Amino acid sequence: MDFALTDEHRMVQQMVKGFAQKEVSPVIKEYDRKQAMAPFILPRMAELGILGICLPVRYGGQGMDYIALGLACEELEAVDSTLRVVMSVHMGLNSMALLQWGTEEQKERFLAPQARGEKIACFGLTEPGAGSDVAAILSTAKRDGDIYIINGEKMWISLATKADHALIVARTDLDAADPHDGLSAFMVELNRDGVTSGDIHGKLGVRAGSTGWIAFQDVEIPAENRIGEEGEGFKIAMSSLDNGRYTVAAGATGLIRASLEASLRYAQERKAFGREVGKFQLVQQKIAHMVQSYEAAKLLYLRAGWMKNQGIRNTCETSLAKWFATDASFDAASEAIQIHGAYGYSDEYDVERYLRNAKGAVIYEGTSEIHQLIQAGYALEYRDNVPLRCELPAFDDDIWQKEQ
Amino acid sequence: MKIVVCVKQVPDTAAKVVVEDGQVTWGDAPLVINPWDEYAVETALLQQEAHSGDVTVISVGDEDAKEALKHALAMGCGNAILISDPGLENADSLVTSQVLAAAIQKIGDVDLAFFGRQAIDGDVGVTAAQTARVLGWPSLTLVSAISELDPVSSSIRVERSVEEGRQVVEGKLPAVVSVIKDIAEPRYPSFMGIRKASRAEIPVWSVAELGAEVSDPVVSWPEISNPPKQEVITEIISGGSPAEIAETLAEKILETKVL
Repeated sequence: MDFALTDEHRMVQQMVKGFAQKEVSPVIKEYDRKQAMAPFILPRMAELGILGICLPVRYGGQGMDYIALGLACEELEAVDSTLRVVMSVHMGLNSMALLQWGTEEQKERFLAPQARGEKIACFGLTEPGAGSDVAAILSTAKRDGDIYIINGEKMWISLATKADHALIVARTDLDAADPHDGLSAFMVELNRDGVTSGDIHGKLGVRAGSTGWIAFQDVEIPAENRIGEEGEGFKIAMSSLDNGRYTVAAGATGLIRASLEASLRYAQERKAFGREVGKFQLVQQKIAHMVQSYEAAKLLYLRAGWMKNQGIRNTCETSLAKWFATDASFDAASEAIQIHGAYGYSDEYDVERYLRNAKGAVIYEGTSEIHQLIQAGYALEYRDNVPLRCELPAFDDDIWQKEQ
Repeated sequence: MKIVVCVKQVPDTAAKVVVEDGQVTWGDAPLVINPWDEYAVETALLQQEAHSGDVTVISVGDEDAKEALKHALAMGCGNAILISDPGLENADSLVTSQVLAAAIQKIGDVDLAFFGRQAIDGDVGVTAAQTARVLGWPSLTLVSAISELDPVSSSIRVERSVEEGRQVVEGKLPAVVSVIKDIAEPRYPSFMGIRKASRAEIPVWSVAELGAEVSDPVVSWPEISNPPKQEVITEIISGGSPAEIAETLAEKILETKVL
């Protein structure tokens, strides 16, 4: 067992860290207050290749492995969660689903421009009345000859107003005995007639990101935009979540690290009762818990990344990594505020933003409660990994690097 | 154009460098490419892009220095060479410059050798000029802009940033150029560059292979100590009104001769 990162992985870490710290960190508070996404973020991430990091070169990607994706997410969220959210939806939930389920023609049409960062992608599963209960989806896709007609509304969609493409799940069979079997997945170009979108303001966190809604009113899309077969929508959505949750887990690990590093700095600077507050054992206890959480969260997401590289199904392991890291990131941020005292309660320091950002990830991509059910389900053998028609391809250095 | 960039591996700028038992230590802080050298790499790559040719990055150091070389390769340099030799353990800037000059000559037909203005560990800042002296080339130091470079007529015109202001200086190629921060913002390594760098087999040259004539160091560090600890006393000035507080503060400042 080799726990060492490769030179390649370490250089990816440094490169992404350099971008996030030099370019985003100095302005993040300003955009968080404005509740707006800094306009340079997406073009710059595209230019640097981050938006195509783990996709094969022949599809316009950078040819790195899935562990590199996780490491990048950790570095991005160590500066701000909104950066990692970009990777969760553009890469984890959308582009990796295309890599897994798309036909070659669909990969050329959708994946290649997304990998190059020319098109931004998002994921539309949640609806105003359907979150964890995916079977309650009301959006419909009605087949009419060579087209589908989409109607419905998607809610809490990251990059809703920034994306060019959305991978959405809609109901194609209203009479399916099991409502899960009546769902199908579609790529929708968001400049089509009948598509409207807007941002949601007043969120607790991820304020420097774009979260919104997308409505579809008689939107016509060609049948070739359907991903997978009719009725495979639920399976595609769940497999997408295996990838999205991986990026969330890795990002939350970065958030724990950021809370830890901020706490270490403050505990060694701030003095109370004649000595630095780091000398007090109750402060040390909080720091020790952060160290423990960080190391455990990191190992959990790296194991999931390794399994993806090997082509091993990782639904259970990714769920565990996501559940643990997001809960731990919320706790770490909360304790970081406690260490900072009253200063931590103001936006003069970053830790209050960490706490606000951490809460979202405890809810989206499977609430902590859903992940507990998943874990218990596997442990009790109520759940099993049902083989999929298309699995996420294992990372293969040669195949990933090939130009054609 | 044949370009060489000389880089050094140094402790990270965030590292806490202290003296323990007479030795300088930075604990387990990571080693990175000297930040000034990143500007030199960027400048070399810009010149290569403008005039074609190739860029070779070289470093004097132990195996750790390969990290700095790989960083430069990932930024876009074509080749890297490590010069490593047990005899260089206590090298000063004169010895380093002799070794670098020999390496540049061994590479052959080099038009330009770029350096960062100084290394952040030793902070000596003379290696570029010394290397130019050993090579017998023009030394263009503290360069903030390359305004003209003509490989055909082998001429270069640069702007130097000096205390008195800016100087425009012309020279003939081959030349040694040390650069400052204003010259260009260093690019991040590209993913393609990272892949290439991580797989690169970096050749290691010894002093014997260079055929260099190396002097004994003329500078040594017989004793190193931490700077004396400064006692910081904080005094909160209070008063009945802002004017009164300001007056007391002004008196204190004058009394302590801060101004």
